[in-house]
Amino acid sequence: MTQPTATGRREVALDEPLRPESSLPGVTGARRRRGAGGRGAYFLRRLGSYLIVIWAAVTLNFFIPRFMPGDPAEAILRKIRQTTGEPPSASQIASVRRMYGNPTENILHQYVDYWVGVAKFDFGVSTAHYPTPVSEIVLQALPWTLFLIGVSTVVAWIIGTILGAVMGWKPGNRFDSWFAPLSTFFHAFPGFWIALVLLWIFSITLEWFPVSGGYDTSVPMSLNNFYFLLSVVYYGALPMFALIFIGFNGWLFSMRNVMVATVTEDYVLMARAKGLPEKKVLFSYAARNALLPNVTGLAMAIGGVIGGAVLIEAVFTYPGMGYLLQTSITGHDFPVMQTVLLLLTFTAIVANFIADSIYVLLDPRAADTN
Amino acid sequence: MTTTSTRTEQPRQDAEREVVLEARDVTKHFTVRGKKGSAVVRAVEGIDLELHRGEIVAMVGESGSGKTTVARLLSLYYPTTGGEILLEGKPVSHVTGRKALTYYGQVQLLFQDPFASLNALKPIRHILGRALKIHGKARGAKQVEQRIHELLTRVNLTPPEQYIDKYPHELSGGQRQRIVIARALAVEPRVMLGDEPISMLDVSIRLDVLNLLKKLRDEEGLALLYITHDIASARYIADRINVMYAGQMVEGGSSEEVIHDPQHPYTRLLLDSSPDPGRGLEGDQQSLFDEVGDLGEPPSLITPPKGCRFNPRCPFAMDICNEKEPEKVEVSPGHWAKCWLHQEGRADLLKQRNIQFGVPIETAAAEAGIDTVNAEDILDRTVALEGETTADLGPFQP
Amino acid sequence: MTRRDVGDVLLEVQDLSVDYLTLNGAVSAVSHASFTLRRGEILGLAGESGSGKSTLTTALLRLQRSPAVTVGGKVLYHGDDGTVTDLVPRTDKELLHLRWNKLAIVMQSAMDALNPVKRLGAQFVDVLRQHDPRMSEKAALERAGDLLALSGIPRDRVDSFPHEMSGGMRQRSLISLALACDPDLVVMDEPTTAVDVVMQRTIMSQVLRLQRELGFAIVFVTHDLSLLLELSDRLAIMYAGKVVEIGPSTELYHHPKHPYTKALRDSFPPLYAPLVEMRGIPGTAPDLMNLPDGCAFAPRCARAMDLCLTKRPELVQVSEKVDAACHLNDPQKEPVGAGPSDARSENGHAA
Repeated sequence: MTQPTATGRREVALDEPLRPESSLPGVTGARRRRGAGGRGAYFLRRLGSYLIVIWAAVTLNFFIPRFMPGDPAEAILRKIRQTTGEPPSASQIASVRRMYGNPTENILHQYVDYWVGVAKFDFGVSTAHYPTPVSEIVLQALPWTLFLIGVSTVVAWIIGTILGAVMGWKPGNRFDSWFAPLSTFFHAFPGFWIALVLLWIFSITLEWFPVSGGYDTSVPMSLNNFYFLLSVVYYGALPMFALIFIGFNGWLFSMRNVMVATVTEDYVLMARAKGLPEKKVLFSYAARNALLPNVTGLAMAIGGVIGGAVLIEAVFTYPGMGYLLQTSITGHDFPVMQTVLLLLTFTAIVANFIADSIYVLLDPRAADTN
Repeated sequence: MTTTSTRTEQPRQDAEREVVLEARDVTKHFTVRGKKGSAVVRAVEGIDLELHRGEIVAMVGESGSGKTTVARLLSLYYPTTGGEILLEGKPVSHVTGRKALTYYGQVQLLFQDPFASLNALKPIRHILGRALKIHGKARGAKQVEQRIHELLTRVNLTPPEQYIDKYPHELSGGQRQRIVIARALAVEPRVMLGDEPISMLDVSIRLDVLNLLKKLRDEEGLALLYITHDIASARYIADRINVMYAGQMVEGGSSEEVIHDPQHPYTRLLLDSSPDPGRGLEGDQQSLFDEVGDLGEPPSLITPPKGCRFNPRCPFAMDICNEKEPEKVEVSPGHWAKCWLHQEGRADLLKQRNIQFGVPIETAAAEAGIDTVNAEDILDRTVALEGETTADLGPFQP
Repeated sequence: MTRRDVGDVLLEVQDLSVDYLTLNGAVSAVSHASFTLRRGEILGLAGESGSGKSTLTTALLRLQRSPAVTVGGKVLYHGDDGTVTDLVPRTDKELLHLRWNKLAIVMQSAMDALNPVKRLGAQFVDVLRQHDPRMSEKAALERAGDLLALSGIPRDRVDSFPHEMSGGMRQRSLISLALACDPDLVVMDEPTTAVDVVMQRTIMSQVLRLQRELGFAIVFVTHDLSLLLELSDRLAIMYAGKVVEIGPSTELYHHPKHPYTKALRDSFPPLYAPLVEMRGIPGTAPDLMNLPDGCAFAPRCARAMDLCLTKRPELVQVSEKVDAACHLNDPQKEPVGAGPSDARSENGHAA
């Protein structure tokens, strides 16, 4: 008579994804690296999809000017002639044609050339700031925006999330009852209005902060120069404050709402039942789980960083991408405009991918369901 | 276990035993996509079922045994992968539109959750009236109203006027389930398929719903398929019990025979595991929980065990059990089982008073390389680890 | 049925009342519950929806969730050093050292009770290190593995996330977790309701084996009276927030002293006993916001008298080991058996 073995294999319910799982008592020893392996494959798959999206965005950017009526390249070349008073050089003609269409050339050839240009980060020359290459202009503006918006978004997120966690833990208590409406009240103000008020009070009236610019122009621009760095912080203070002030409320409420729901979960009750101190339960059990939607939101928000604070940058005359976009639109500088928009799309996609990845790192369940 | 039947009702007359709904060798496979590509879930295989007029047949099994899939297949919710389903002798397949209406006029499904089955926004009058109107059972407001009253009376919700204007949330669980039954009856079906109709109800009101179903069988000749995981309630109302395991039917027969004289080891396991105070407090039989060990879990339906699907957990497993699927054996008229014990002439093993199904925890632990399972030892033992002093940490001290 | 060695008094619940605060006023979810629990004893708590059994169990451990509030009574915990602590007025901070150490809970759904983003081992480690800070993380993980082994779960599962385990294994890991700090009392709130009957048997037999070895008391809450009758030493039946009968399981099964106990017992169709026509309990559970005057069960009771509709019966001793709240047991109405004695009943009521 054969001896029975307790295999205890688990049967798969129909609506569950497959899990090559075994509860065989015989499986011992090697620690299972299933989690990492599963997630690695997940990342690669997602990376693949995103690469496809990026390719699509860049390709779209290629086709749009070519579908426009007339010949936009010609329009640009004419504009260059007007601005400078002389005809553009052969290399400039070539680069404009590469970006905006050459009716005489084979489209596939153009497409390849275009990608070559994109790879070299060569987007032609600006018409408003002829003959500066677009890439140079954009790269000059980019770090300012990344600094201003990036830092303020992250700081607003941190403040909002922590406050939201604390408020959601005990909703309706004293702090929550006065702070929540107050925060919403301030969130209702338009960003540029707050910026204007701050500018008027602190820069113009009190003269505590500079009125415009991103840094002190009298100091050489170098990351090694302490005074330069100091001026960057000084000039950035007001715009950043404005952005944080209006920004944290959204994070606060989204975190608070998820927290309120999470607090009622059984595992939070279990954590209390285990005798874990309140702070630990709040942060390690409740907030850690409630965090997930906010993290996704953050990554998405960072994607909007570049186009983000056009108005704020305008009010403070802050030399970032938003400001650049604004000036290029008013100045009909198509090359710069188009490149900024392409970059916007690109960062949004990258931010999305990062959001996906962070989510999977934080929530081990995510990689299992595809 | 005795074999004498102690049922109080007489067996149904043959004249009434027309077959209303039948499943012949029905099989359903699902394709699922997962991380490693797609796989086939063999949800149910080889289902042979006959539902006669005026009869309640129970399908008993644990979750994942496929019993709900059978209900869905019989209500043509999914197309079958193999085999056929016959309504009054005529094959039916996945239907839509007009044909579906005709089919559901004959076959009605009762779900587990009475609240989820009813439109919470509509009063009873609307819920029942709609069923009547869609299937053309009543026309005109007066006729509809009258039929609704009749239906409510049939399910013992009297006086009907008290219930007709109520909303589902204003009724108790048991009342809601009666409304679900009334709605099913409104179309005058030949067959009702009840998928765990009482498991979400409070214990003290389950019996009355079961009694109602019995009444419908006795007085109106309804055919009912009663799906449940609770074999005791199956015994209470069903004439016949079929036991399902891992997508297959393993035993079938009259309720009393299956309960008192099970012919399949899984049926025995199910019976032995079902709480029955009569046994514990009165009988001298092994208590439900003494020395049980690990009884295992049902297998994966993607890679089920070769041969008999129960063989990994079966204390009587023989070599053949792991090679070939057992064939159906008629043990006595109307009572069959799929188990090699019968062919090998060892079926009397199933009559033993105590059968050790589980693997004793010590054996399972030893196989897994777990060194000790003595609780006191584990909680007190000295833990000497690398880099730490070998001082005895002693018993757990907060 | 194995009889357990039952020791000294562990928990004395006196007159515990828990209300739910709603917009329409306070609803009494548990009303004046009183009973005594001894070390190593298994007390079953049976009731249907609205009976207050889950509220009572969470209130026992001071884990009630708002809007539930304990409004009266005492929960006296008798430590093994002789001290007696009333848990009710204690704050969460004051209870930290008792939690899990002495009082643990197993919940209905393991999937919900385990932190989904933490590995199983980590969930053992945090409670082990909370209560014994001397323990290193490595040692705590070792112990976690040992505890899983107690329930027959492979050690490598300490690295698993909850969703990676099967339902039965998760439930068993929850039991291991409850025993992590060798508690005096484990409250089990419908721990096997969500699993199948065979897995239930596996789990409960392991629990009982561990109970025999470690000697903890169990309060087992479920609606499945038939399971409780096979499992528990003593049984308390709850209806509409009140304990209506309490006593040894065998007594309640053979000689129920409350019509609800009897009717509940008779709501379970037997497996082997001869089949007869059975009836459930007519009517529905009362609305806790609108409890009738008198006995809450009277509207559904086959033996209700006029007195039952006006006067609420108290939980009193009706035989040597059984307390019941029913006017039918009133000595003036029906002589019950042994007269009043000076002995203190097991259920904490002076005779």
